[in-house]
Amino acid sequence: MSSRIAQKFDELRQRDERALVAYLTAGDPTPSRSVSLVLALERAGADIIELGVPFSDPIADGPVIQRAAERALKAGATVAGILEMARRIRQHSQIPLLLFTYLNPVLRYGFERLAAEAREAGIDGCLLTDLSVEEAGDYVQRMRAHDLDTVFLAAPTSTPRRLELVARYSTGFVYLVSRTGVTGEQDQVSGSVTSMVAALRNHTSKPIAVGFGVSRRQHVETLRAEAEGVVVGSAIVRLIEQYGASPDLEQRLETFVRELKQGTRAPELAAR
Amino acid sequence: MSSATAVPATSQPDASGHFGPYGGRFVPEVLMAPLEELEIAYRDAQQDPAFHAELDDLLRHYAGRETPLYFAKRLSHELGGARIYLKREDLLHTGAHKINNCLGQVLLARRMGKHRIIAETGAGQHGVATATVCALFGMDCTVYMGAEDMRRQEINVFRMRMLGAKVVGVANGSQTLKDAINEAMRDWVTNVTDTHYLLGSALGAHPYPLMVRDFHACMGKEARAQILEREGRLPDAVFACVGGGSNAIGIFHPFVPDANVRLVGVEAGGRGKATGDHAARFSGGAPGVLHGAFSYLLQDDDGQVSLTHSVSAGLDYALIGPEHAWLHDQGRASYVNIGDEEALQAAVRLSRTEGIIPALETAHGVAEAIRQAPLHPGEIFLVNLSGRGDKDIGIYRENLKELDAGL
Repeated sequence: MSSRIAQKFDELRQRDERALVAYLTAGDPTPSRSVSLVLALERAGADIIELGVPFSDPIADGPVIQRAAERALKAGATVAGILEMARRIRQHSQIPLLLFTYLNPVLRYGFERLAAEAREAGIDGCLLTDLSVEEAGDYVQRMRAHDLDTVFLAAPTSTPRRLELVARYSTGFVYLVSRTGVTGEQDQVSGSVTSMVAALRNHTSKPIAVGFGVSRRQHVETLRAEAEGVVVGSAIVRLIEQYGASPDLEQRLETFVRELKQGTRAPELAAR
Repeated sequence: MSSATAVPATSQPDASGHFGPYGGRFVPEVLMAPLEELEIAYRDAQQDPAFHAELDDLLRHYAGRETPLYFAKRLSHELGGARIYLKREDLLHTGAHKINNCLGQVLLARRMGKHRIIAETGAGQHGVATATVCALFGMDCTVYMGAEDMRRQEINVFRMRMLGAKVVGVANGSQTLKDAINEAMRDWVTNVTDTHYLLGSALGAHPYPLMVRDFHACMGKEARAQILEREGRLPDAVFACVGGGSNAIGIFHPFVPDANVRLVGVEAGGRGKATGDHAARFSGGAPGVLHGAFSYLLQDDDGQVSLTHSVSAGLDYALIGPEHAWLHDQGRASYVNIGDEEALQAAVRLSRTEGIIPALETAHGVAEAIRQAPLHPGEIFLVNLSGRGDKDIGIYRENLKELDAGL
């Protein structure tokens, strides 16, 4: 059976659109608000949602997402609570949901327990930032057994051998980290994206989504020519940080994401 | 995670850096190829006589190896039990064992063509040792240090700056070693192409735990030969404090095949287990992943890393080095913990019986030897005196007010 994530990429391909993958830290500012924010992101045109599970020591994240994790943990976010959030989202939406976190919270929860409960809650896959493909055997097996996608990261430093491994273990899509560094907004898309995508395509025909430093419509338009999807994280989380206490946060988020989404469409179909 | 294999008497990791189920390589993909490169460079250096010759020369003429093995006569006599020997790493250049590993890694960094060095530091000893070797080799040096640790180890902050290093304070989380490592790793994932992360403990992703241990094994090798020469036999027990576990693994390692030698690691008991303010990973933790390695970790039920406490910054860390986890599970080493107060009293006692003011970290190992000595008459104890106490004078003053008042 094709996953929700794979189906989404198929649909978008037929419309010559790219996937807008939107990240938010689940539980920031509160669990119930996260549900509302995910639905707002979907209304604005986001195609896939990365639900960030906060971790106390997020070594791959820049200050914006670090602070979001602190807020979410303070507000009581847990793996179990985030699965409950997914169930509530599923009452209203069929948007693909990808858990995005670090290994330890999932390890502590248990791979089998997580896979079984995540599937039941309507989650479609998982990405663990600090789980290398070499160490992922047991995890991948459990996730597969419950029809969940496993997305792995490819990086600018990945050797051909590693790109092959990352592509092979990834299902749904492969997440290409566009530059060395932590998550965070940048002025420009990395100039080496074209060559990195080409190197990765030598090893796979799976969809590729490019992330790290993507935050503006212009970035998205640039990447339209390169990959099947783009991931936007810190720019969204920063809005949540700035307007988290405000009732018009959903409206602001929708306006911002609707503009990004335009960049994923063929120029003649995109609204200016 | 690989499944447990047969017990290796010499405790070597498998090809992918696992000590039994522990260790491994749990880092973002961006660091995986650089770690592979580091491992190859390290194995290559290990095979190169010129690398060893240069390192040995520096250890001898620059750092001051070999260090003495000193019989603590008055302390032993006062305790009336085991005969206590001290491996005097406190006499090494920069005041602690940390320089052994720093010299090894800086040579390796140069070999790999990396000109920028970053490091984390807790107590500041590793930061000072890193700043020192960077000065020696003319390398750019940035040290990350928790803001709380900068406060309690301010002398070491100035030493690093005087040596030309940039010290970056980390105000996140508990503002201690864990947060300093987080920030160092963020720097590393950003600047990995020209930067070597000179990790200072037997922690992190493979090959760090192996490499750091090997660079520190000189302590155990020397001590083993020295005690055989002095006493004509091996010690009955070896004591060392364990934060990440570099001084302990360095002195334990050559004794691992000696089944009759008890290996005792001493963790920070802090204010006591009941308070939750401690860094006793074996009694309070469960296996988990932090900073690249799978090992015993102080964490909550949701897998969030716990805040730790110890009066000594160098032991104040949530994960224990993976090889210690393996030695523990095999029953080859035992791990105990000593609280803040007992460590402080041991430091005073060693000062007054032997004229040696130990580092606060080291005082935890000394305290356990003091506790056990009366119970084992006729035995020989070896304590790794891993560092000297100059850097801790401020904390000693804060905690020993009656002494400071001259009472």
